[in-house]
Amino acid sequence: MTGETKRRGVDRRQFIATGAAALGLGITGFPAVLRAEATPVKIGLIHPVSGFIAFSGTQCREGAQMAIADINAAGGIKSLGGAKLEAVLGDSQGKPEIGAAEVTKMVEGGIHGIVAGYASSISLATSQEAAKSNTPHVVDVGVSDQIVSRGLANTFRFSPGYGKIAQFAVDNLDKINQSAGSPAKTAMIIHEESLFGTGTAKLLSEKLPEKGIEVIEVIKHANPTRDFTNIVLQIKAKKPDLIIPANYYNEYVLLARTMRQQKVEAKGIYSVLGGAASSYKFVKEFPEAAEQIMDCNHWFDPTSDVALARKKAAEDKGLFYTYEVFLAYNAVAFLADAIERAGSTEKDAIIAAMAASTWDGHGMPYGPTKMVDGQNEGAQPVNTQVLNGDIEVIYPEEFASAKPVFPMTM
Amino acid sequence: MPDLAIIVPSLLNGLTTGALYALIALGLTLIYGVLHIINFAHGALLMVGLYAVWFLNTRLGIDPYVALLIVPPAMFVLGYGLQRGIIGRASHGRDENILLVTLGLSIVIENLALYFFRSDTRIVDTPYSFETVEFLGAFLPLPKVIAFFGALISAAALWLVMSKTDLGRAIRAIARERKGAQLVGINADHVYAMSFGLGIACLGVAACLLLPSYYVTPSVGHGFVLIAFTIVVLGGMGSFVGALIGGLIIGVVEALGGLFLGESLGQIGIFVIFILVLMFRPQGLLGHKV
Repeated sequence: MTGETKRRGVDRRQFIATGAAALGLGITGFPAVLRAEATPVKIGLIHPVSGFIAFSGTQCREGAQMAIADINAAGGIKSLGGAKLEAVLGDSQGKPEIGAAEVTKMVEGGIHGIVAGYASSISLATSQEAAKSNTPHVVDVGVSDQIVSRGLANTFRFSPGYGKIAQFAVDNLDKINQSAGSPAKTAMIIHEESLFGTGTAKLLSEKLPEKGIEVIEVIKHANPTRDFTNIVLQIKAKKPDLIIPANYYNEYVLLARTMRQQKVEAKGIYSVLGGAASSYKFVKEFPEAAEQIMDCNHWFDPTSDVALARKKAAEDKGLFYTYEVFLAYNAVAFLADAIERAGSTEKDAIIAAMAASTWDGHGMPYGPTKMVDGQNEGAQPVNTQVLNGDIEVIYPEEFASAKPVFPMTM
Repeated sequence: MPDLAIIVPSLLNGLTTGALYALIALGLTLIYGVLHIINFAHGALLMVGLYAVWFLNTRLGIDPYVALLIVPPAMFVLGYGLQRGIIGRASHGRDENILLVTLGLSIVIENLALYFFRSDTRIVDTPYSFETVEFLGAFLPLPKVIAFFGALISAAALWLVMSKTDLGRAIRAIARERKGAQLVGINADHVYAMSFGLGIACLGVAACLLLPSYYVTPSVGHGFVLIAFTIVVLGGMGSFVGALIGGLIIGVVEALGGLFLGESLGQIGIFVIFILVLMFRPQGLLGHKV
């Protein structure tokens, strides 16, 4: 018995020693091998590809990898002699601390830039960790305004933040409501409990009353929530004119399904960054539940050929063209454009090039890029509505593909 | 303070949700309660069952309830094979090894699912997905009502197997006195594998009844496995009626907790009950004193 225990102990030590040696080789040996060829530009992609937001994380990764493939196919970074972009993949598992640990690992491995982290909480952690080594970091989706208000020189966000989105959502909801004769007077907010849902709920609770819409109840729920019946029963009892969900995909699906089962009647369902209402997947799988739901979300410019070509390419790959895909795509393309103009992989040069970016090849309703303190000022969401089984842009007018239907006729 | 028009539907909904929890816990109480195998792979195997149902439905057009004829037997074979080929062999009968082996299994299974199915949320669309039954002023989703009765029938069937058949007697004999049972000619490895197979077959039943009202992702099991362990302890290890009652109690506590304390905090009730049971009735509601 003791002999067996002893033998196993040695095995474990050997295992750790081998592991440490392998890790050492991985960190120090790998770049040396690469240096022998044309030096690729290493882009770290950190997304929650497992865990409770794995669907979104995987979509982000797909989008980012599509961008890298497209840029490489078009000749790589020309100012660096056609250097290819090389993706270094990391999984944050939906947890900020693991996302930060991935950054540390990548920085040690000599990363040139990082695109991360989908969720706000994870993006905060990854960008902060990257700032320690001044590594250029582009946030692809995270909407918390804290991300760009901490004075981190390395951190950029190409897409819009909370403040902007919430203001846009409220202003346009007001317009939609007024043009229908202001039928909506009350609202109920259903949100998930992390930074995204809580922040959105707080902002809307402050801003909706200014537009004459009273928020009669705010309900917070956990991730995952296995059953929405309770919440929907409360919605039924309170009878709000508007139901405003702010949650991730799985919970959104259950909530929408339960609302139908419990025969909830409302004048409108208006999501802000709703995990599903701007999702082709949701519309395809739940055409009836999705019909006429409105959303204020990231969206591509439906009048842009670049955007439509990318949408087709993604769909040809069998992907649903969700906002994660095109935002991560653009975050990588924005970073690559900066490296191209910097003509260098020096961190300061890339950061300076990102700060001075006027890039406009994004196919988004943003106009040319203009970075102020790391935030792209032109970035804005749009309003979408599911109409006849398709997702249409209803605001702003210059990008609209359909007129809003409000109150719901379902 | 919510009024009766909410409390009654919420209570009924808690009962139907609880029945689903009970179904998942039934398999666990057999494996954990009777054989003392701490099966960390329970959630992952539930996920396998859910994917099987999803696959049969979307690829072959087989209704989830018709899949009851296919998935549970297949899961039984899977469970039997896992216990005989991997868990039994790798653990050498030591509890701490079983724990690690099943934990390892769950990681392998989840990552395989991630590889094959990616992390997409999958659902099945059936003609009755949105059907509801009106009862006492509440709209109860039809799939959940069916699951409720399915859980009752499954618990009764398991109880019958355990108390009336030779296999059930052998399982109980092994659980109580392994060496003695072997001495009278019971093949312990076979009985262990049969029990494990039965427990996993229960997950197959649960998967068929759950998917019409839920979804499947590679990590879907996480949300259920902790609850299932709680139910097993609450009901009394190895007690099928206990698991059923425990499941219903947990479902109701969760529903009412959510209503009165808020959806985030509502889950607390489950674990308060868990701690109370451990403190004042460690053998569980229907368990026997050790």
